[in-house]
Amino acid sequence: MKRILLSAFAAGFGTIAIAETAPSDVTFGDYGQVEMSVSGAAGDPAAGREIMANRGKGNCIACHQVTALEEFPFHGEVGPSLDGAGSRWEESDLRGIVTNAKMTFPESVMPAFYMVDGFIRPGNGYTGKAAEGPLDPILTAQEIEDVVAYLMTLQD
Amino acid sequence: MKKTLLSASAVCLAMAVPFGSVMADENADLIINGELEITVRAPAPAHMEGSGISEIMSGWVFRATETQAFEMDDFENPGMIFTEAAIDAWNTVEGEAGESCASCHGTPEDMAGVSAVYPRWNEGAGEVRTMTTQINDCRTEQMGAEAWDYDKNDMLNMQALLASVSRGMPVDVAIDGPAAETWEMGRELYYTRTGQLDLSCANCHEQNYGNLIRADHLSQGMINGFPTYRLNNARLNGVHSRFRGCVRDTRAETYSVGSPEFVALELYVASRGNGLSVEGPSVRN
Ligand code: HEC
Ligand code: HEC
Repeated sequence: MKRILLSAFAAGFGTIAIAETAPSDVTFGDYGQVEMSVSGAAGDPAAGREIMANRGKGNCIACHQVTALEEFPFHGEVGPSLDGAGSRWEESDLRGIVTNAKMTFPESVMPAFYMVDGFIRPGNGYTGKAAEGPLDPILTAQEIEDVVAYLMTLQD
Repeated sequence: MKKTLLSASAVCLAMAVPFGSVMADENADLIINGELEITVRAPAPAHMEGSGISEIMSGWVFRATETQAFEMDDFENPGMIFTEAAIDAWNTVEGEAGESCASCHGTPEDMAGVSAVYPRWNEGAGEVRTMTTQINDCRTEQMGAEAWDYDKNDMLNMQALLASVSRGMPVDVAIDGPAAETWEMGRELYYTRTGQLDLSCANCHEQNYGNLIRADHLSQGMINGFPTYRLNNARLNGVHSRFRGCVRDTRAETYSVGSPEFVALELYVASRGNGLSVEGPSVRN
């Protein structure tokens, strides 16, 4: 369990001891929420903003409309608008949703961005070929935190 | 806990605003050359009961108005150019037997209706055959000629020709009897989520048709219009290559073109279009 060290951040000690939680070690609450930073550090909302729009990263706007991201063209309609998401949800809820949305919304079409096993025919990125060796999560632990930090800025 | 707000997501969905994309006229009707009526909307076949889809729609319905227009006139449809090369191939004697397609089948027009019923069970072979495997069987077994590559030039040209003479006729593939087992396998594949994005065909084409996914306007993923001329790659595209692209986009290891899995999936997807018109070669983006 590396989680104990995480509380260093939560307790406000700054960044003395940082420990990442591996995708398979993340624990979810009853509603799919994840309480502590998976990277052990705080997220950077500006970096999160880029990840939201980047096709090779989160590409969140493939499925979600976000008014604050209007400068990036083409927002999808598969999921709900994320406007006001930071008012609607606690940070822990958002972390859970981005980590593995199916823990919050069973059967969701939203991909799990911090998960590495349990997939059928996982590929090697977008090559169509079989994955070689263990998968990397779609987003790194820090990228998850960055996206969560950005979502928290989406206030009504 | 803000969980009560969850049900708000359905409401939010309707409010999502697409930016900058050219939308289709989803109510348009397709009449080719001012006379050939194409059925682009039809009641869903009985086997789709419970799918949530009551009306099946051709991919043409979801394309931008300008893309739609290409298909309304054969002189504007770039896919039709390839049918001319195929007419030459149709009449050309090739292989050791000294035969051409024409020597057994007459004119291409004599093949009207064939595209509408493929993939189809072949009793002699004891398997479901796609148009491709049937054409190649003719080439190797009847003509003593070489097989054409799956989903490649000569093969796609010939499929475009054979589809074109069936345009307007209703797709009517058989899913019962000996084809049932293959059809079931295809159905299973259609609903199986694959890859690291964990998405099935149904997630996009059954649950989300009509919605934008980034810049793409999701259709029902029908294959009545194949082969399709895509403006994106400026050539004819085969069914299995399209399946491959969609599966790849789920970050999955795809099945290969011509594989038993894709043959089964083709039969299943074709059967979801039973009642739409044969429309190939169609134009998509
Ligand atoms: C393939 C589609 C898809 C992608 C990609 C996607 N989502 Fe979602 N998301 C959904 C859907 C659909 C829902 C609605 C929940 C449900 O019923 O499945 C949702 C729900 C959410 C919610 C809760 C919305 C609310 O307020 O009710 C948040 C927050 C969210 N997504 C954030 C993200 C972020 C951040 C990313 C990218 C890192 C992302 N999503 C990528 C489909 C997607
Ligand atoms: C992540 C979303 C996604 C998934 C999953 C997906 N597709 Fe697609 N598919 C698309 C998009 C986007 C297009 C292009 C727009 C359109 O025609 O829907 C497309 C197009 C198609 C077309 C072309 C339709 C036409 O009229 O030319 C077919 C056929 C198709 N898909 C079949 C499938 C099948 C079968 C599967 C499962 C093996 C599948 N798709 C999985 C997104 C997806």
